[in-house]
Amino acid sequence: MRALPVLVAVVLAWELYARLSGIPPQILPAPSRIAVQAWLQREVLWQNTLPTIRATCLGFAFSTVLAFLLSVLLDFARPLRRALLPVFVISQTLPLVAIAPLVVLWFGFGLAPKILLVALVTFFPMLLALIEGYDSTEPEIEALLQSMGASRAKVFRLARLPSALPFFFNGLRISITYAVVAAIFAEYAGAVEGLGIFILNAKNNFRPDLVLAAVGISSALTLTLFALTRAVQRIVMPWAR
Amino acid sequence: MGALMLDVRDLSVTLGGRAVLDRLSLRVNKGEFVSILGPSGAGKSTLFRVLTGALRATGDIRMDGAPPRGQPFAFMPQRDALMPWRRMIDNVTLGLEVQGISRAEARARIAPMFAEFGLDGFQRHWPHQLSGGMRQRAALMRTVVQDKRMLLLDEPFGALDALTRAGMQRWLKDRWQAHRWTALLVTHDVREAVTLSDRIYVLSARPARVLHEFAVTGDLHRLETEILETLLEGDA
Repeated sequence: MRALPVLVAVVLAWELYARLSGIPPQILPAPSRIAVQAWLQREVLWQNTLPTIRATCLGFAFSTVLAFLLSVLLDFARPLRRALLPVFVISQTLPLVAIAPLVVLWFGFGLAPKILLVALVTFFPMLLALIEGYDSTEPEIEALLQSMGASRAKVFRLARLPSALPFFFNGLRISITYAVVAAIFAEYAGAVEGLGIFILNAKNNFRPDLVLAAVGISSALTLTLFALTRAVQRIVMPWAR
Repeated sequence: MGALMLDVRDLSVTLGGRAVLDRLSLRVNKGEFVSILGPSGAGKSTLFRVLTGALRATGDIRMDGAPPRGQPFAFMPQRDALMPWRRMIDNVTLGLEVQGISRAEARARIAPMFAEFGLDGFQRHWPHQLSGGMRQRAALMRTVVQDKRMLLLDEPFGALDALTRAGMQRWLKDRWQAHRWTALLVTHDVREAVTLSDRIYVLSARPARVLHEFAVTGDLHRLETEILETLLEGDA
């Protein structure tokens, strides 16, 4: 909420500058013009926002499930962890600009390449957060459970998993800020519809106002998802309120 | 005093090439409260890890004359080790839950005991909402309700302020006189050991072996001084 006055000030300054400097709106549109044009194009914008939301959510869900399953596997099989983690680090060094067109080339213009690209970008922070979270478990709590005769699986379920929750949600929040951008980029590299395609078309038609309208929607989506993770965290971790 | 319950003979442990326990021998009778006093880092906690089966050692451990079967010990680790994500009542039932008892039955079984532990009305609280003393009592309750042959208490009051600690010691002494739990307490607080115990083993610095065994009788202040001297002299 404290960011609100700053945002308002930036938008106002931008509006004034765009109006008074004489720069044509084809180069620098004023925020008011962006809003009006976005409203006029609202149907097209909405039609292109939906596929992006779908790609983001499916890709992110896929990524979360995958990160969780792998984190469990790597927690139980330590040698595997040392073997696989470097591979995942390498996956984070791939430049999206180069990979996105290739993934589209391999998997077509449908949903699959978008899901894969969103997962590629968001998977690693969550995996790492989970693994570090498991290892943050208090040794005393583990010793206690072992003294009670708890199996390794029970120690995981009763202690390691809940200990990892705060770490997991941190990873989730970092990941989710990349998710929408990754989906848009995947569309940009090749799609039939979506915000990425909308941006591409607007740019080719010399409409920076519409490009920026799509950018605004993308930011709003990310902020919404970010707020959602907070809400979910409050429900899942009632003791941390 | 009851029959011999725990009989530990010539227990030796080496960790990472360093001897931690050196032919340590001690015994605990049924209904007896025995303390192990030693300098910090002497290997007192290591003894508990051996007893609970987390660590291997050479030597002989007998429980009621036979090698221990199942888990005869209920262990209370250093600090309270309460799980922040479980309400107090669910922390207390943890041991029963691990044993496979249903949550409802575990709760029913422990319900009458909250008052005695001064925790009635706080069942639904999260651990961070409890005071230090209450947390320790909850941790102790979690240990007692497992209904094991013997309690292993690893510096249970180490993290408390002096006043709370004294209150807890007095409270524990009363509880213990009512129930005659058999307990082995690890501490580095001489007064705590003298206040609570029937007998005290004083350990040397690493590798730990028994320097002296004291029965807690007679003039307690003199006993305290004697124990302190034994601790300070160490191997000399």
